[in-house]
Amino acid sequence: MSEWIDIAALEDIPQRGARVVKTAEGCVAVFRTASDEVYALDNSCPHKQGPLAEGIVHGASVTCPLHNWVFDLATGEAQGADEGTVATYPARVEAGRVLLDAERLRGRVAA
Amino acid sequence: MTKKLVIIGAGMASGRALEHLLKEDPDWDVTLFNAEPRGNYDRIMLSPVLAGDKSYEDIVIHDSAWYEENGVTCRFGEKVETIDRAAKTVTAANGDVLEYDKLLIGTGSKPFIIPLPGHDLDGVIAYRDLEDTELMMSMTDQNKVVVIGGGLLGLEAAAGMAARGVDVTVVHIMGHLMERQLDEAAGYLLRKALIDKGITVMCSANSKEIVGEDGKVKALMLDDGTELPCDLLVMAVGIRPNVALAEASGIAVGRGIHVDDQMITSDENILAVGECVEHNGAVFGLVAPLYDQAKVVAKTLLGEEATFVQKDLSTKLKVTGCDLFSAGDFAEGEGREDIVFRDPARGVYRRLVLEDNVIVGTVMYGDTADSNWFFGMIKDKTDISDMRETVIFGPAYQGGAPQDPLAAVAALPDDAEICGCNGISKGDIVAAINEGATDLGAIRAETKASGSCGTCTGLVEQVLATTLGDAFVMPTAQPMCGCTDMTHEDVRRMIKSQELKSMAAVMQECGWKTSCGCHVCRPALNYYLLADWPVEYQDDPQSRFINERKHANIQKDGTFSVVPRMWGGITNANELRAIADAADKFDVPTVKVTGGQRIDLLGVKGEDLPAIWKDLNAAGMVSGHAYSKGLRTVKTCVGTDHCRFGTQDSTGLGIKLEKALWGSWTPHKVKLGVSGCPRNCAEATCKDIGIVCVDSGFEIGVGGAAGMDVKEVQAFAKVETEQEVMDVCIAFTQLYREHAKYLDRMYKFIDKFGLEWCQERVIDDLENRKALVDRFELSQSIYRKDPWAEHVEDKAETYQPVANLTLEAAE
Repeated sequence: MSEWIDIAALEDIPQRGARVVKTAEGCVAVFRTASDEVYALDNSCPHKQGPLAEGIVHGASVTCPLHNWVFDLATGEAQGADEGTVATYPARVEAGRVLLDAERLRGRVAA
Repeated sequence: MTKKLVIIGAGMASGRALEHLLKEDPDWDVTLFNAEPRGNYDRIMLSPVLAGDKSYEDIVIHDSAWYEENGVTCRFGEKVETIDRAAKTVTAANGDVLEYDKLLIGTGSKPFIIPLPGHDLDGVIAYRDLEDTELMMSMTDQNKVVVIGGGLLGLEAAAGMAARGVDVTVVHIMGHLMERQLDEAAGYLLRKALIDKGITVMCSANSKEIVGEDGKVKALMLDDGTELPCDLLVMAVGIRPNVALAEASGIAVGRGIHVDDQMITSDENILAVGECVEHNGAVFGLVAPLYDQAKVVAKTLLGEEATFVQKDLSTKLKVTGCDLFSAGDFAEGEGREDIVFRDPARGVYRRLVLEDNVIVGTVMYGDTADSNWFFGMIKDKTDISDMRETVIFGPAYQGGAPQDPLAAVAALPDDAEICGCNGISKGDIVAAINEGATDLGAIRAETKASGSCGTCTGLVEQVLATTLGDAFVMPTAQPMCGCTDMTHEDVRRMIKSQELKSMAAVMQECGWKTSCGCHVCRPALNYYLLADWPVEYQDDPQSRFINERKHANIQKDGTFSVVPRMWGGITNANELRAIADAADKFDVPTVKVTGGQRIDLLGVKGEDLPAIWKDLNAAGMVSGHAYSKGLRTVKTCVGTDHCRFGTQDSTGLGIKLEKALWGSWTPHKVKLGVSGCPRNCAEATCKDIGIVCVDSGFEIGVGGAAGMDVKEVQAFAKVETEQEVMDVCIAFTQLYREHAKYLDRMYKFIDKFGLEWCQERVIDDLENRKALVDRFELSQSIYRKDPWAEHVEDKAETYQPVANLTLEAAE
């Protein structure tokens, strides 16, 4: 059973941008696309741990600010020639609020 | 036995319900109340009435003869004050009490009025009924009108009045028009079409206050201080279900009046229909579902089985002669892909959103002829894998061989115009080719075709290809990125010649293949737009690399480095003390003296940035832009102040240059050096611009570098006064800003354009030098300020985590 927790207002995250949520196990990046979809991924590139929340968001992808790896926000998979996957977490928008699945966030280490 | 039916509200939904009901069973005793002093008319057609294409009589649905024939008792211009559900009566405004067996509520919706100061002034209206329309129709070419709201209703009001010659301004709070129905690209095209009709469109504009005089509206004030004078102000920002009467009677309401699938409210004898209802969480504004509801209402009253089902909706609209269509869900999403087609010449934009090879949403602008076909595929969930390559072109292109674009060009007659700017026909180009011009450059030189705005470059290349056959090799100019086939130079030429002032405009007019670009093109476009249109274009932080978005250099561990500016490399005890205090306070692990004569605080945490900037600001220091494609440092030696060899005040000149140039954005980083004598202690000869002072004046060199390539400056000019040094440096920087490719250092720019080309414009032509300086100053009037102070003020919050779950997770 998922347990949705209210993280922030959608407006708190810039369109084509991201904000970070602190958890006991490290930071999760919450992205908002040009069309107001939200995604939550580990804020760490599998290549050199670059902070993905600081990357440029285009379509439903983000480019890591350190070495330009591009990740699909939905699947967390690296695009193009690079290989690697970032963990993703369920996220959704309801009545203008961004919700994350607390159950999955707590289970981050185990997952 | 005759049953008594009371209907509150004579709108399109209740009117349709009445038609269905009386057709099946004319035995009802119907009383119809309406607050408006008239019966049922077609509200959707108010826009043509406003535009003068139709009269009120044309849009009446039920006239008095109809009501009479059908035995409906009309009480128009009368409100119902209360409903007594226990007694099953309604009380009219004049005190009459009427019994009912069944009550139908069709109170529709109310326009939402933003409670701005002054919203109750005379001349502030909504766009809802005939009275509003008539007021708008009274406006003439002597009047100014402001419309708040860039949705369908607002734009129709604006266009209707503009057609009457009224000076109309649309103020819209969102970044693009009709953001619910259209994406940004289509919104851009719509805006362009409205501007062509003489309507002023202001997006991202926040209304602050309505200014009045003697109780009457005079102007709208925006929160940036802009004042828009107006004689009438139309608020078209949305509608809300009108539930007041129903709520007072105690039946269940949410956003609208709750109804079940049979359109019955929480009271079994009361039904509701139209824009006032809420069904399964949804409220309704388009006419199709309202008419479906009306059918169900009639059946329920007749005691027959019927169920209202919400259907997939599409919106096909004609806003002021512009065709638009949107359907389904066109947001980006999990596993979704875009197919985008743009035809800049025809102003056409189409976007399909695919999920698992099925079209789930679409936005179309300009050409909606195929919209039904696409909508059909959305509803049927058609698998389009077999026609993926061509589906975007519509049904006409399915099943046959893909069209060869060259065939169309080959079929053009000789007198077909290819280059509109210069009036060059296909025949002229073919003739030039036959005389030996076999590539694009030669065609441009011979005929001028594609040499002005560049829009027809692709066509000219196709003429070359069809004329030369295999002998023609398409040029392999490097496109900007995967989103476009155009080069940096092509795009920049388009931005200037077509006056493209927004990213959406560039992407549409240059035929971008993606909906919002990528990390390669967006920073470049952002730079070109702000350099070419400093006043009109708004810098987009989300299109900037992190360093320029957060005004600090990201380090490999995700921390940042902070470098305050030290003008000309000069500092003092106070500044040094503040830097030392900041290093202590924020646990800065590394403090380093840089090669640019200043101090770098390395390893600052992202969330500490605003706080450390605030402390440095307090000591009088500003951002050093050590992170930017912009002016970095002006390195100096001590010159005549202290040095026994110094010939000029190199430190003072360096500080003046830095104060003039700081804050400006450039294609790549720019570093300057000023040495007080030819011994060159400031290493000025390997800077982008280097000044070496001599007894008789100043030697200015350009195009040095000491990075991946090591370059010595090339002698550019020798001048006598400091003012000339300033003007030449500023003018050359502006020339570089206006012409260089994004991420080309100055030396690369000079290699491409030629040193002499630069000298002609900056050294020889004094008028042009002045014009360059003026344009630089215009841009600097916006960008010469400390971004740290601004972020401390407005954006400090965004540097913090948006939420902290460390406690939550520890439980």
